[in-house]
Amino acid sequence: MPEQVVFGMEVFLNGLMAGVLYALVALGFVLIYKASGIFNYAQGVMALFSAMTLVGVMNGQVPFSHLINAIFGTEIHHFGWHLPALAGILLTMGIMVILAWLVQKVIFKHLVNQAPIILFMATIGLAYFMEGFGDLMWGGEIKKLDVGIPQGINLWIDETTFNIFDYGFFIDNLDIFATVVAIFLVFALVAFAQYTKQGRAMRAVADDHQAALSVGVSLNFIWVMVWSLAGFVALIAGIMWGTKSGVQFSLSLIALKALPVLMLGGFTSIPGAIVGGLIIGVGEKMFEFLVGPLIGGATENWFAYVLALLFLVFRPQGLFGEKIIERV
Amino acid sequence: MKFKLLAAAVSSIALASPVFADLVLPWMSYRTGPYAVAGIPLADGYADYLTMLNERDGGIGGVPVRLLECETGYNTEKGVECYESTKAEGSLVYHPLSTGITYQLIPKVTADGIALHSMGYGRTSAANGKIFSNIFNYPANYWTAASAGVNYLLNENSGSLEGKHIALLYHNSAYGKEPIRTLEGLSEKHGFELTLIPVDHPGQEQKSQWLQIRRERPDYVIMWGFGVMNQVAIQEAANIRFPMENFIGNWWAGAEHDVIPAGDVANGYKSLVMNDTGSEFSIYDDIQKYVVASGKAAGAGDNLGTVMYNRSLYMAFLTHMAILKAQELAGTSDISQAEMIKGMEALEITDAMMAEYGLANIGPAFSVSCENHGGPGLGAVSQWDASAGKWNLVSDYLVADMDLINPLIQADSLAFAQENNITERCN
Amino acid sequence: MLYREAGDFKTTYREDNQTFPIKFDRYRYYAVLAVAFLLIPFLINDYWVNAIFLPFLIYSIAAIGLNILVGYCGQVSLGSGGFMAVGAYAVYKLMTAFPDVSIMIHVFLAGAITAGVGVLFGLPSLRIKGFYLAVATLAAQFFLVWIFNRVPWFYNYSASGQINAPEREFFGVAVTGANADSWATYVFCLIILTFCGIVARNLTRGAMGRKWMAIRDMDIAAEIIGVNPLNAKLSAFAISSFFIGISGALFFSVYLGAVEVGEAFGINKSFLILFMIIIGGLGSIFGSFAGAAFLVLLPVLLKNLFVAGLGWQPDLATHLEFMIVGGLIILFLVVEPHGIAQIWRLAKEKLRLWPFPH
Repeated sequence: MPEQVVFGMEVFLNGLMAGVLYALVALGFVLIYKASGIFNYAQGVMALFSAMTLVGVMNGQVPFSHLINAIFGTEIHHFGWHLPALAGILLTMGIMVILAWLVQKVIFKHLVNQAPIILFMATIGLAYFMEGFGDLMWGGEIKKLDVGIPQGINLWIDETTFNIFDYGFFIDNLDIFATVVAIFLVFALVAFAQYTKQGRAMRAVADDHQAALSVGVSLNFIWVMVWSLAGFVALIAGIMWGTKSGVQFSLSLIALKALPVLMLGGFTSIPGAIVGGLIIGVGEKMFEFLVGPLIGGATENWFAYVLALLFLVFRPQGLFGEKIIERV
Repeated sequence: MKFKLLAAAVSSIALASPVFADLVLPWMSYRTGPYAVAGIPLADGYADYLTMLNERDGGIGGVPVRLLECETGYNTEKGVECYESTKAEGSLVYHPLSTGITYQLIPKVTADGIALHSMGYGRTSAANGKIFSNIFNYPANYWTAASAGVNYLLNENSGSLEGKHIALLYHNSAYGKEPIRTLEGLSEKHGFELTLIPVDHPGQEQKSQWLQIRRERPDYVIMWGFGVMNQVAIQEAANIRFPMENFIGNWWAGAEHDVIPAGDVANGYKSLVMNDTGSEFSIYDDIQKYVVASGKAAGAGDNLGTVMYNRSLYMAFLTHMAILKAQELAGTSDISQAEMIKGMEALEITDAMMAEYGLANIGPAFSVSCENHGGPGLGAVSQWDASAGKWNLVSDYLVADMDLINPLIQADSLAFAQENNITERCN
Repeated sequence: MLYREAGDFKTTYREDNQTFPIKFDRYRYYAVLAVAFLLIPFLINDYWVNAIFLPFLIYSIAAIGLNILVGYCGQVSLGSGGFMAVGAYAVYKLMTAFPDVSIMIHVFLAGAITAGVGVLFGLPSLRIKGFYLAVATLAAQFFLVWIFNRVPWFYNYSASGQINAPEREFFGVAVTGANADSWATYVFCLIILTFCGIVARNLTRGAMGRKWMAIRDMDIAAEIIGVNPLNAKLSAFAISSFFIGISGALFFSVYLGAVEVGEAFGINKSFLILFMIIIGGLGSIFGSFAGAAFLVLLPVLLKNLFVAGLGWQPDLATHLEFMIVGGLIILFLVVEPHGIAQIWRLAKEKLRLWPFPH
């Protein structure tokens, strides 16, 4: 097989893996949008915030220590404990649930029936707030996140492909792990939505929240639940991305990677987020591989958007989005 | 309440503070934003050095030093605000700490007659003092860094890079593009193959770039990165098992926070430096005694001895020496902005001075002149030892290929002079 | 007492439809203009101009532009940063290519070029709606920034890709470059802003503005009653981009003087301008001014309060600033989703009746 084709296959596989990571972020957006019609720009910051909280909790950092030290002149930094990863994740999840409850209670309860753009703006405000809050709580320095996820080249794939193609493929163990987690997550979410009472209520709210309200579904509860779920997805995404690059400010920018995925897959479809993620991942990696060298590279930031734009011109509601029906 | 807040804020803008006899040193910090990891130790180092001067010596030449720290968050617009709010207080020398803000301030400080020192960043061609009267970028800049890096590789390969393949992995911005022309010139001269691999901001995702490196198997990778790009690149290099000792970052890609997230696999990673690292300098005793012990340390006080902190101490030291020189030339301790520029132009750093002030051998000895604001352009290479958790110098200070760089500096500064109708000075 | 319609008679429809139908408002408007043109230039120093007035004037122009697109025509755009970059690079190329032509002409030409680019990226709006369109405009944002970074022609092949504004004059007074006096840059931007404000106000209350609003309120219904969506949407994109291009040109040439595209015109800029119009009020020219003033002044005030006033560490202050800006945005939306302009309107309603509320 010619070298370029083998390389192309490697790039394709890595594109799929990258796509899974994008889809992980996009999933959080879909959950909230589907249930409440809110386009949650703060999803990326939630991932950052949850990862920061996880590191802080695991290392026993004292929250707001900088602020406390600045005001009271004390010198406190650590509680002096180290939690195992699982306990840390559970605690962080608890904090994300509290956060979801607060978000619902303080913000969106007061914005029911507002135009979508207003809700969108509120989430941008929320993103700003949480960015400052997270930094204030845990400090702005870069943190290492280690919950025991394997990282580095997968040797088995390297050897196997070397025997077949005479060129060992590079697949990151972290990506494989993320893929497995994403598959589990999607199945769990689908099962939850299909087979539990709360899941059914969630779908009812997504379908028509006035009708759901009239049959006795508590909107408030559902929305807190959905924000908590989104917080959970954000935590998973934060762990995956944070393991890769350390936990710091730029982590919140992964939201920008998820937006074209959403456009492509449709804002309301969970399978859409996965398929959209895969298409974007493969598309941008293949474009960078094939066309990038001709036009100077670093195309990935815009290519995903242009690709999604082209798709949209032919299917304005995304691949799996609900068909837009407009009546006058 | 609202009115009170407003009144407090307005009055604090409007009231210029009364004129004391002090030496005002502004510092444009970025303790927040995407690059805060580097900005925090930088800001701490400068602040601690000045605090130490005030506590130990009562300032410089008997005049107390006043630090004006202004947060920019690495944002150009906030940089403008900082500059405008501090320049009226008699600021002696600006450290913009961002290439964007430096470019932005170059015409402004020139018009206002204030010195600007961009140490290891900013506009490289500002080394030509004939054109850039107020801008200094000693002791080294990006172009000399690129050349020093190549010279290091030449030494490694017993003087020849013929047929070797070097990849430049760079942040796709003005900063990242700096070394390209130098490296292209060097590639022609020494016959190595150069591949340019851009990474778009912020660089969270570099799979494509590292797959390309893995396919093309360059002998060496040189990186011009910043922020999260560094950590991801080092991690990805480890993932594809690129030999770390063949991976060289520039001096903004070689601090503890760049290598620590990757853990042990970052062992052996190299970085260009313009000054030595570590906390073995005797100045640290004084900082402990006068600053840390009395609780006056800036920030959280946990950055002592890091690469960025040391670089910042070095910046403060060079500023300190320039002020001493200026005081000597002016014959007064309370120097003006114009006298500060003269002091910087006459600056001479010797080994004895570094030893005297507790920073023995932190950098090379050098001198600045009216024509040459860029110093000698020496760069060394240091290597990360992950088990000991410290950087070690692995080379001498290497002389850059000035035959190649000087014409580039000349061309770029003349283009600027032509656009802005500047005539050459120092004749 | 002063602020009321009683006794303020109108005898023609023309008078009845003017921008400021109440006499007091009209005089206030003239007074504001007089202060802005005749008083402020003599009072301000470098700090006030560079830290407060210039960003306020320039962002107001951008906010007016974006408000036309989002507030009046209902097409959400996140590409403003990219369009500002077009204006900046256009004016740079024009300034360096034709140094003898007045900078004013260059600024308007840069606006016109941006309008062209805006129409191009506005084309998908004919098929894509709502958030899908918002995200689609991000394609413009990222692509434009990439291309200005990529193609050396745009930055005249300079070594690092930064562009620098050379000194240019307007009626013999330098308005760009380092030697420009601060009052000159202020007056220059003020003239352009006044022009833009008047044009925008008159466009939005004329036939074109009514078409835009019809499209905003329901595009299918508007199409049925005879509004051509192609014309309406593309004209909104063109005019909006024209204003944003002008603001980008001023932002680079007069305000900053040197610019790197990814840093100055990144995605944050797009969001900032969108914040301005939402906080100020969608579909209101006054709201554009109010939003710009709010978001330019707030960080400066907070910074002065925390750092200079309370002596806190700047990083703590910045973190708090983020929280406060975010909190205020949320608070505004909860209390008054229609922004400062709506508060202003309500205040005026109250004032008309004051001091006899019944």
